[in-house]
Amino acid sequence: MVDAFQIHPEDNVATLVADAGAGEQVALRGGSGVCRAATAITTGHKIAVAAVPAGAPVVKFGVPIGHATRAIAPGDWVHLHNLASDHDERSNTLDVATGVPADTPYE
Amino acid sequence: MSAAPSSWSGWLRPDGRKGIRNLVLVVYTVECAKFVAHEIGRGKEDVHVIGFPGCYDNAYAIRLMLALARHPNTGAVLAVGLGCEYTQPGRIAEAVRRSGRPAENFFIQESGGTTASIAKGKEIVGRLRTEIRASVPRVTMTPADLVVGCECGGSDGTSGLAGNPVVGAFFDRLVDAGGTALFEEVVEMIGLRDILLARAADDTAAAQLGAAYDKAADYCRSVRQYSASPGNFAGGLTTIEEKSMGAFAKSGSRPIRGVIKVAQPPPGPGLWLLDSVPDPHFMQFGYTNPNDTEGLMDLIAAGAQIVLFVTGRGSVIGSPVAPLIKITGNGGTFRRLPEDMDFDASPVLTGGATLAGKADELFRLVSSVAAGEATKPERLGHREYFIMYKHQDTPGLLEGCRA
Repeated sequence: MVDAFQIHPEDNVATLVADAGAGEQVALRGGSGVCRAATAITTGHKIAVAAVPAGAPVVKFGVPIGHATRAIAPGDWVHLHNLASDHDERSNTLDVATGVPADTPYE
Repeated sequence: MSAAPSSWSGWLRPDGRKGIRNLVLVVYTVECAKFVAHEIGRGKEDVHVIGFPGCYDNAYAIRLMLALARHPNTGAVLAVGLGCEYTQPGRIAEAVRRSGRPAENFFIQESGGTTASIAKGKEIVGRLRTEIRASVPRVTMTPADLVVGCECGGSDGTSGLAGNPVVGAFFDRLVDAGGTALFEEVVEMIGLRDILLARAADDTAAAQLGAAYDKAADYCRSVRQYSASPGNFAGGLTTIEEKSMGAFAKSGSRPIRGVIKVAQPPPGPGLWLLDSVPDPHFMQFGYTNPNDTEGLMDLIAAGAQIVLFVTGRGSVIGSPVAPLIKITGNGGTFRRLPEDMDFDASPVLTGGATLAGKADELFRLVSSVAAGEATKPERLGHREYFIMYKHQDTPGLLEGCRA
């Protein structure tokens, strides 16, 4: 069992404060209850604490931090593969694991 | 940690500002003079070096260098040039002398080349050190005399949860004690326009904050850069809006009195936003803050005697002129970089400490550093600097008598 921080009651994501293994229980601090990590999720990354339909806002700190690019289920890792900024189109092209840009030529 | 001093002895400058260090600053005026300038300062903890790489001068860069040369922590200046660049060491020294500080200058081309110039520079710096140690008046300082700047870099998911909130709570305490707090990175407020404006102290401040936000949003859109790096994404941050909320936490909760530009001292105590985004100009000038060091230089140029740097991923930079305190909200980072990170805010996340307790601890550390304790970057000799070509409209001409 590891902890995740839910900052605001309206948040549909929480931030892991320790690494969670696939299937591991995650206790929500700041919020209530537990959820189960669908995949391994590392410290500092986000876990969905509620279902988010495709196109709906992902909420953290009580404010939208972007929108879901596909349906997100509780327990899912929420990152570049399913969450996009409403401002910055370039971040949506980055490598999901490393964040490294894929659109700059090195030739 | 021992009890923090509530007052300590600083150095009084002719303009009334108070310094926590009494440094000789060597300023070079073109990349060609960099080696000689660094050799002159080598090995002396109270001789710092900054400089500008370009041969063609730039009003913004000169304002920035002069602000560092007349900083409260700077007691005397030696300006060193090659001899054929646009930027003039003699004019820098002259402006510094007008501020009541001793200052000298020379050209390497007229001083016999590398070895002779290094020897000449060391002789001058030795004299300046002796002079300021003997002549600069000492003065009692309290937290009300402090200007502290903060930026974050290498942020991860802990930065917005622990590192930046601890600084925000510290800033609330500093402002309440009558001190001055500066934060920057308007480009890391993208998505937060309404939240930012709601913090304005009055209508004038709200108009300044709105204008600064709109300029930054336009700038990010035009250069396709939103101040988020691969390390931020790897650390769990997904969007600029998310990073912005975490970054904004370092501003604490007190009203924002207004916006200052680079090299402009805050007009009074309290909390101020530093705008380092370029103003519109036909030459553009690239990214707003190309690296962490650039932003720290902007905070120091505003007169910050101490700067705070919040980093979840970890960093090994320092700064000249004003000591840098490096803070992380990531306990793993603190353990991985023990000789570099000054302050561990992570117990806030694990339940080992409260936000208020950690903010009080940071207040004690800042006060101890102000009283003379060396920060980790100071002990290691880290003094990274970065002064770039940029354009901002001259604050004095545009702002009139706003202050």
